[in-house]
Amino acid sequence: MSEVEERVALTPERLAKVQEIIKRYPAGQQKSALLPILHLVQEQFGWVSAASMDMVAELLDIQPVEVYEVTTFYTMFHLEPVGKHVIEYCRTGPCCNMGGEGVYDHLKNRLGIKEKETTADGVFTLKEVECLAACGWGPCFQIREKFYLHLTNDKVDEIIDELRN
Amino acid sequence: MAEITKILTEHIDKPGIETFKVYRENGGYNAVEKALKEMTSDAIVEEVKKAGVRGRGGAGFPMGMKWSFLAKPEGVPRYLVCNADESEPGTFKDHYLMKSIPHLLIEGMIVSSFALGANKGFIYVRGELMYVIRILENAIEEAKAAGFLGKNILGTGYDLELVVQPGGGAYICGEETALLESLEGKRGNPRNKPPFPAVKGLYQCPTVVNNVESIANTPWIVMNGGDKYASFGVGRSTGTKLISASGHINKPGVYEIPLGISVREFMESDEYCGGIRHGHQLKALVAGGSSVPILPAHLVYETAEGNERLMTYESLSDGGFASGTMLGSGGFIVMDETTCIVRNTWNFSRFYAHESCGQCSPCREGTGWMTKVLERIENGKGSMSDIDLLVDVAKKIEGNTICPLGDAAAWPVASAIRHFRDEFEWHITNPTEATKPGAIYRGEPILA
Amino acid sequence: MEENKVELVTVTIDGHQVEVEAGTTIMQAARKIGPEVAPPAMCYYKPLEGTGGKCRACLVKVAQGSTRDPRPMPKLIASCITQVQDGMVIENFTSPEVIEARKGVVEFLLINHPLDCPVCDQAGECHLQDFSFNHGVGTTRYEEERRTFEKEDLGDKIQLHMTRCILCYRCVKTADQITDKRVHGVMNRGDHAEISTYIEKAIDNDFSGNMIDVCPVGALTDKTYRFKNRVWFSKPYDAHRDCDKCCGKVHLWYRGEEVIRVTGRKNMWGEVEDFICNTCRFDKKESSDWTIEGPTKVSRHSVISANKYRADLISKPEFALKVAESQYKQINDDRPFLKELPEIKKSEDYQGLMKQNKDYFRK
Repeated sequence: MSEVEERVALTPERLAKVQEIIKRYPAGQQKSALLPILHLVQEQFGWVSAASMDMVAELLDIQPVEVYEVTTFYTMFHLEPVGKHVIEYCRTGPCCNMGGEGVYDHLKNRLGIKEKETTADGVFTLKEVECLAACGWGPCFQIREKFYLHLTNDKVDEIIDELRN
Repeated sequence: MAEITKILTEHIDKPGIETFKVYRENGGYNAVEKALKEMTSDAIVEEVKKAGVRGRGGAGFPMGMKWSFLAKPEGVPRYLVCNADESEPGTFKDHYLMKSIPHLLIEGMIVSSFALGANKGFIYVRGELMYVIRILENAIEEAKAAGFLGKNILGTGYDLELVVQPGGGAYICGEETALLESLEGKRGNPRNKPPFPAVKGLYQCPTVVNNVESIANTPWIVMNGGDKYASFGVGRSTGTKLISASGHINKPGVYEIPLGISVREFMESDEYCGGIRHGHQLKALVAGGSSVPILPAHLVYETAEGNERLMTYESLSDGGFASGTMLGSGGFIVMDETTCIVRNTWNFSRFYAHESCGQCSPCREGTGWMTKVLERIENGKGSMSDIDLLVDVAKKIEGNTICPLGDAAAWPVASAIRHFRDEFEWHITNPTEATKPGAIYRGEPILA
Repeated sequence: MEENKVELVTVTIDGHQVEVEAGTTIMQAARKIGPEVAPPAMCYYKPLEGTGGKCRACLVKVAQGSTRDPRPMPKLIASCITQVQDGMVIENFTSPEVIEARKGVVEFLLINHPLDCPVCDQAGECHLQDFSFNHGVGTTRYEEERRTFEKEDLGDKIQLHMTRCILCYRCVKTADQITDKRVHGVMNRGDHAEISTYIEKAIDNDFSGNMIDVCPVGALTDKTYRFKNRVWFSKPYDAHRDCDKCCGKVHLWYRGEEVIRVTGRKNMWGEVEDFICNTCRFDKKESSDWTIEGPTKVSRHSVISANKYRADLISKPEFALKVAESQYKQINDDRPFLKELPEIKKSEDYQGLMKQNKDYFRK
């Protein structure tokens, strides 16, 4: 049960941001702040734990289950600990038709992990995602907010080397 | 047709256009001045109606008509919500527009909100585009500092707050009622309609939901008039359209075209796609985002009746589902002869199964079922009866679901089998050959 | 029209005309005519606000929109959430299109259902059984691996058997509207969507038991009743008691002299008339706790009064299992239940159940 887990807290800056976000919506509609706040949580902790979801429920004065329902619906929230860099690669048609599958196979071989896995050193996690609205610039992946476009095997190697160092 | 004009992208390549200063120097925010100081809200709605601009998110519903449905009960706030959840595979125009020229959307939001009598507007951007969200938030701050947003805009007494809301990773939130649910902090489950958002939308208040590109058209319409806008295009396909071109072409990218140029011109001219890459042959085209019916090469440049196929809502849908498709969101996905249609169909089907919200039974169960059958065929384990099974399952999903995701999942499967049945059969009858790496069926497509 | 007078509209459903208040749904108008035209409902539940529209079992064809605008509607529509218009003409059982679509819905709901009716406590009062029997076909075209979930206890009184769930959302609405705090909901999405508490939590409040009553299938069952009986061997009585938490009006389900189960009273559509508290449901199982009003009127179509599915076999012991087994063979099914069957047959619960069957028929 979540009650016995350790308490988690957002940084004071993020807590101030939370208050600012809640004020964006009409009175009584603070639940609208849920997705923006969950992004803040993930930004701070790297993932969204059950304890942090309970904290968000408290911040918004809603039931914890209302948070669980949402985090399990949207694919961006990592519900388990992840590596330092989560590589979210697009597996949808337009990217695959441009050779995406080959590039992603290379990526997996290079890291020695499969989708949903994290490298032993904790640096990379691979996550397969659907279309990232970058179809003309594919194959592509995203690490946090950054898009990596027109991927080739060589480019993947460069990116991995750069992020490892 | 009038000479080619860029309505949305004229200034898009100017250095610094993402800043308020450069945008303003290029005539930006003039529409806000004109709308708020010289026009009434009704007059703006009238111009948008005259322009005949149709919803650019994919449905193609006339924007002015949608605006005129907005209920206006006394004392109840109204909302304008911009749908920037762009997630339809093959579509990346809104992404491009927002990151390149964010103030165009902000300006459009201001004139549209004024026209609708809304004092609060939301831009719901898919969460993956967090960097675009920061660009938009920055643009809003700049506009606010210049007096174009906030309280008493330009001294006219009109107040407007804009909020950029991030999604969390869900294609379904591009459906307008799912988007509203998501904006209320819930799962993106589409609502049953009626009531429509125009009557009960965000927080149960009257709401208009419009696509990024639709809203971005409004400053130009305010400045130049609806009639001028309608002078571009053909028939009921007025104005220009952003086309996201991807796939096996020489020049993938986002292009603004006047509606009415031919598909051949768009595909082959150097101004646009620049032809098929490596001198390859065209095999198939998905003209309006992954959900529209796929067209085999022989129906791309000409309709079944032999008329030249144009980039318009009407011409692309000429022939109905038997031999036509749809303009949709303008996601133009080109496939050359190296494409395996079965694999592509399975891929799109998997997308819709992955993105189904799971609320209604035909979509929840049917999309997953189709995907599994297609995966089996692709892996050389299909049987002939699977093809008819797919057609039947698609038929039982289509039209029977809460929202259009069911149709969007059914159409690519049904149309791929309609036009490329021989390729499916080849996979089933030649499993060893078909599952070799890079194996592609080279037979002639079925003539409709 | 006079003020304050309720506006009445006339609609035609499968050739039957009925006059109802404006704002009535097609479903309610059809129910007013009677069960012969009422569309099936798997998710819609009148006592719970905001239910309906999800299962698509009640799709009907609108052949004429209204007198004012007689155009037909282009798509089949969900009758449970669509309001009637004056002069509307609706085709339900008379429309081949509706019948075909409904066949599809049955198939969709069953492809991932375990079909473990022989050991499911809901059998006999299961809406999915009725729906499949009335609207489905006897075979399956589904060859893929089926979705399964682990059974989960939601506290000591309720068991969640998610594999059987059809995601009607009724239990979620019940928790929202009847209880003071909802701790379960729908997690994940698409065909992975499931009812869950996410982190294991007991559902602990005075009205949680109503989730069992509203569940159309055997996904939420009463643990105190588990494997105790087959519904057709018990006899319901209307009874009441003074309760400080609820109306205290219930059905007592008797086997012989013993009260084996207490449920809310349901109307002919299977909807609870008044929600009851957990004390009445779980803790009052002596006849002396109750004032007995008399035997509950049971519809002659109900399996409780006569086996509606296979009347020809009911006189033989173990009939349900035999029927099920023979059906499994016909469709060469690989559902887990079949694999587990030998184990299940050895279990104490199962032996008890079979003994009950035999005892019952020996009488």
